[in-house]
Amino acid sequence: MTDVAIRLPQPDSPAGPGAPLPRPDFEIVPRMGIPVVAAIFALLVVAIIANKLWPLVFLHVAFGAAWTILDLFLGFILGPSMRRLSVPARIELTTRLMPRMVLIMPTVVTVTLAAGWQLGTLMGTVNSSYFLHGWVVASYVVVGCMAVIALGLLAPANIAVLVELKKPRPNPAVIQTLMKRFMYSAGFTGALQVAILVIMTRIRSG
Amino acid sequence: MNERALPPVTQLGMASLALIVAGGIYLAAYLPRQVPLLPAEILLAASVLLLAVNLLALSRVKTFAWPCFFQVAKWALLAYVVVAGLIEFALVRDGMSGGLLVVLTLSIVVYAIHVPILTAFTVARYQ
Repeated sequence: MTDVAIRLPQPDSPAGPGAPLPRPDFEIVPRMGIPVVAAIFALLVVAIIANKLWPLVFLHVAFGAAWTILDLFLGFILGPSMRRLSVPARIELTTRLMPRMVLIMPTVVTVTLAAGWQLGTLMGTVNSSYFLHGWVVASYVVVGCMAVIALGLLAPANIAVLVELKKPRPNPAVIQTLMKRFMYSAGFTGALQVAILVIMTRIRSG
Repeated sequence: MNERALPPVTQLGMASLALIVAGGIYLAAYLPRQVPLLPAEILLAASVLLLAVNLLALSRVKTFAWPCFFQVAKWALLAYVVVAGLIEFALVRDGMSGGLLVVLTLSIVVYAIHVPILTAFTVARYQ
């Protein structure tokens, strides 16, 4: 890892460049994580082909829990905490956290939804004759809203902030704008995750 | 910060994705019954239209970080083609066929094209 300089605004001049601060080098997409993602996707394909209850429940519940926890943690714990961090600490955290999120979020979302759909097909809960069909459709609507926000705002902001941080002289205003967008989007999807928890526990309770 | 006048690519892209999602929810809500495809086809057509408008509006932007846009877009496209392939695989595996499969496949194609555009645009607009 090499450290490069980043110019940051001083507290008394938010727009102006300040003293260069150390910034760790990083990969926008951590290559070490790609085989792990490939292995998880392979497991997903095997689970769908096998169409057995336990692997599908495992993938849907484990990755769904990870998705919910990540959204709630980012939106309601890390987001507000980050606002109180010093700028160098924020930069440090961003360069460590965000590259991992580039791989983690699409993976947990894809596995949760694909395994969940296959599980619903196997158990018959996606059928319109299912007695809690209204709740199932409500979950589609909530997940649909989350997907649009995640794909349209969250993921692009994640990549853009990393590309900006990779520059020899990143623009702090751009980073601030994009991180704000990322955290607000994560907070909103976190709130929608609460709705998903309500719906899923209602369906599971019968 | 760079505040050039750019077309509302993100807004149009999100609207296009929302139409796709709405069509998908409509179709999924009826399963396994035969479902009238027309509402989903209208939503898909509107989504494709927004994609076309977005591409046209983007192509008319003169000063834009096109090398950066294409660099991000090609990798994002690769990633979303993999994800789209997984979704398509699950649909075919579940025995989906006919008009329903065509509508859903085209919806997945729009998704796999539009999301990389949104990502690449968000990155390139700040270059």
